[in-house]
Amino acid sequence: MTQSVVVQVGQCGNQIGCCFWDLALREHAAVNQKGIYDEALSSFFRNVDTRVVGDGGSISKGKICTLKARAVLIDMEEGVVNEILQGPLRDVFDSKQLITDISGSGNNWAVGHKVFGSLYQEQILEKLRKSAEHCDCLQCFFIIHSMGGGTGSGLGTFLLKMLKDEFPDVYRFVTSVYPSGEDDVITSPYNSILAMKELNEHADCVLPIDNQSLFDIISKIDLMVNSGKLGTTIKPKSLVTSSAGAVKKRHQKPFDAMNNIVANLLLNLTSSARFEGSLNMDLNEISMNLVPFPQLHYLVSSLTPLYTLADVNIPTRRLDQMFSDAFSKDHQLIRADPKHSLYLACALMVRGNVQVSDLRRNIERLKPSLQFVSWNQEGWKTSLCSVPPVGHSHSLLALANNTCVKPTFMELRERFMRLYKKKAHLHHYLQIEGMEESCFMEALSSLSGLIEEYNQLDATKSMPVEDFPRLSVAM
Amino acid sequence: MSVVTVQLGQCGNQIGFEVFDALYTDSHCPHGLCSKRENEAYQASCKERFFSEEENGVPIARAILVDMEPKVTSQTLSKAAQSGRWKYGQHSCFCQKQGSGNNWAYGYSVHGPRHEESIMNLIQKEVEKCDSLSGFFIIMSMAGGTGSGLGAFVTQKLQDQYSNSLKMNHIIWPYGTGEVIVQNYNSILTLSHLYRSSDALLVHENDAVHKICAKLMNIKQISFSDINQVLAHQLGSVFQPTYSVEGSCHYRRNPLGDLMENLVPHPEFKMLGIRNIPQMSENSLAYSTFTWAGLLKYLRQMLISNSKMEEGIDWHVRPPLSRLPTLGKASLNRELQFNTSIANLVILRGKDVHSADLGGFKDPALYTSWLKPINAFNVWKTQRAFSKYEKSAALVSNSQFLLKPLDTIVGKAWNMFASKAYIHQYTKFGLEEEDFLDSFTLLEQVVASYCNL
Repeated sequence: MTQSVVVQVGQCGNQIGCCFWDLALREHAAVNQKGIYDEALSSFFRNVDTRVVGDGGSISKGKICTLKARAVLIDMEEGVVNEILQGPLRDVFDSKQLITDISGSGNNWAVGHKVFGSLYQEQILEKLRKSAEHCDCLQCFFIIHSMGGGTGSGLGTFLLKMLKDEFPDVYRFVTSVYPSGEDDVITSPYNSILAMKELNEHADCVLPIDNQSLFDIISKIDLMVNSGKLGTTIKPKSLVTSSAGAVKKRHQKPFDAMNNIVANLLLNLTSSARFEGSLNMDLNEISMNLVPFPQLHYLVSSLTPLYTLADVNIPTRRLDQMFSDAFSKDHQLIRADPKHSLYLACALMVRGNVQVSDLRRNIERLKPSLQFVSWNQEGWKTSLCSVPPVGHSHSLLALANNTCVKPTFMELRERFMRLYKKKAHLHHYLQIEGMEESCFMEALSSLSGLIEEYNQLDATKSMPVEDFPRLSVAM
Repeated sequence: MSVVTVQLGQCGNQIGFEVFDALYTDSHCPHGLCSKRENEAYQASCKERFFSEEENGVPIARAILVDMEPKVTSQTLSKAAQSGRWKYGQHSCFCQKQGSGNNWAYGYSVHGPRHEESIMNLIQKEVEKCDSLSGFFIIMSMAGGTGSGLGAFVTQKLQDQYSNSLKMNHIIWPYGTGEVIVQNYNSILTLSHLYRSSDALLVHENDAVHKICAKLMNIKQISFSDINQVLAHQLGSVFQPTYSVEGSCHYRRNPLGDLMENLVPHPEFKMLGIRNIPQMSENSLAYSTFTWAGLLKYLRQMLISNSKMEEGIDWHVRPPLSRLPTLGKASLNRELQFNTSIANLVILRGKDVHSADLGGFKDPALYTSWLKPINAFNVWKTQRAFSKYEKSAALVSNSQFLLKPLDTIVGKAWNMFASKAYIHQYTKFGLEEEDFLDSFTLLEQVVASYCNL
């Protein structure tokens, strides 16, 4: 089995990362009853004997001693990382896995990318190499960051090129939180567009997330919980927003619920690779199936169900509802409506007590209402993992390579142009060594190129599907 | 003579387990409906073919398990060991840490050469345990990366290293609406390579087996386990021992050789399909009785109308009048959706097997003009009943069964290829566009050949 390393950059990245590790521990605790360090655990955790000083402490089999996360935590301010190290997860991280500074990036991509990039390049490389050495077979780097700030956006994307050069065979999956319309960071459009160029060029797969969508999902859940409808008691722990009750005792901070959704996304994405099932899907299959052309690697995700009702018997109707919900625009993690746009490819990753016939029935049922690109009319990738997430009997993660990402990018470009036309705040960037106006122009053109690709695909939407003439054989 | 099975990838290993389980369970079934001596001869023959000497009484499957990631093989090994009835050899498994990522090129060009020596060594060890080798049975899917790509590579190596032994590849045809998005690419690459290096391709279509589970077995929530069990049942009904010419208690010795001899007269036509009758849930079985006449009538119509199971058969399809000249016959066949056969093998198992009348299968109208029915049609029998079915009949057919599915896959792959989608994922690992074109050319040839029967 393979291992993955999580690289969490900036405030957002580290807060989401923290929720991820919390939930990962909870999930493995539920599955791993005997306390044996198995291969599933080893995908994200090392087993260490903390009494041994230095590096020799790794234990590959047997009983669990102390679990250490395969993670590198990077932030140019100390606040968030310090909080993690003082919190309930302090034993999961090693001080050797952290890189911090005190001054922060001031919401400036250029500071994160150029200044801190060159300052910490060696250190970061060293930490990454170390974490790779601890892996038997490293398959994937998961990078978590936000696009709108300075550290996550700038330093986070600086990392990408480094990872590509240093570990060319290891996949780079990036979870990027895009700034929503009401974002309070004025320069977020600049930071996002500059970061997008790096994502376009150096990421294998990007899972864009939007704070507003996460917030809407939470509101929906709250409405459900508080509606007091007859017979609707929600199973505890089944909320996609809940965290490990035992580990976090304090009242949840406002972003916690939202971060838990993203943490669940990452867990479900990797579940079929970690746990057994009748149709496994490894991480390398995600890229293979969902990225038909190298530049089009942005995947819109949706998670269902958001909660499980307390009645144990799940009739088929409810199971089918789970599939329907996965395609509704209310369940997507960015503002997007995949049903009314064009699908290039779609993956359905199912967990729990769901069989191949349930999967097939729902694909047949939903297919007519979805539009697929002409050369991929049956573009479905499916996986069945036997282990459900904690608190659920089954769950579904849908990943779509769909032109519905286009509006997000177009809005971003528009906000960028509004600022750039007036040269607002530009001097903060240009005063950094290595930054010139051409950087902005290149980033803009990279984004426009991407948007144009999606436009061309959309143009084929209403055209009739024609088969290409086949090779003719002389008999 | 013995058959060495190579189980490749998740699909191959999951199916392989069910196959050995079905073979074992049937050979130890108390409802053999024959004499004790007969039953013992049957068991011994089955054992010689598929299992090797027991250590402390537990037979060991003549198989090697190959997968590029460990989850499935470790599950398969432990499932077999836990059953207590049979198991896999302790050292018969080869696995790596990272899978092939649904990438044929990765399975063929990276995993293949890298692990060639280890895998071929394992196979050699298994071959050495056989007193005499009938050949290899390779179980793989077409849609994924390991079964398909590594499977194609291993078959080629078997061709090189064991040129005198036969190779039959058991191929799983994926569901029409995707399990894997690039399944059509993986399929055409696999088929074109296997066509060059394999002796016969025995095909099972997931869609067809799924329908059997739904309509005949009445299973509500069908799992892959259910599908694999139906599949294993069909394979068992073909591979379990049958009488040789000497008659009862003397069983055929060379299952693969005999299959090839009867079914693959021409290397251009090597795709075989299986039909089995009856197929039903255990509950229904208790209330059913059959006659050979009834079973064979249905089986014949299943062959002619290209039906996958005994329900929903189109009884309107008739063989053409044999008086028409050959050319006219070919086009008429297409209109009538009549399935022309090159060769057929019917295997009968159970009570009163010698009273069965197979005249319907000897009609020259069923076959192409270049083989007389006496050469194109064969029947194998045994009185020993198979797996609780008092009477059962299997049909292995080299016919136009797979023409439409093949044509469909080639068409879809071609459309995708024309837009160049996903090609970069394959060229990354050494495959060129040329290789794709070669595959398409070969398969279009095969489609045309079968079409013009």
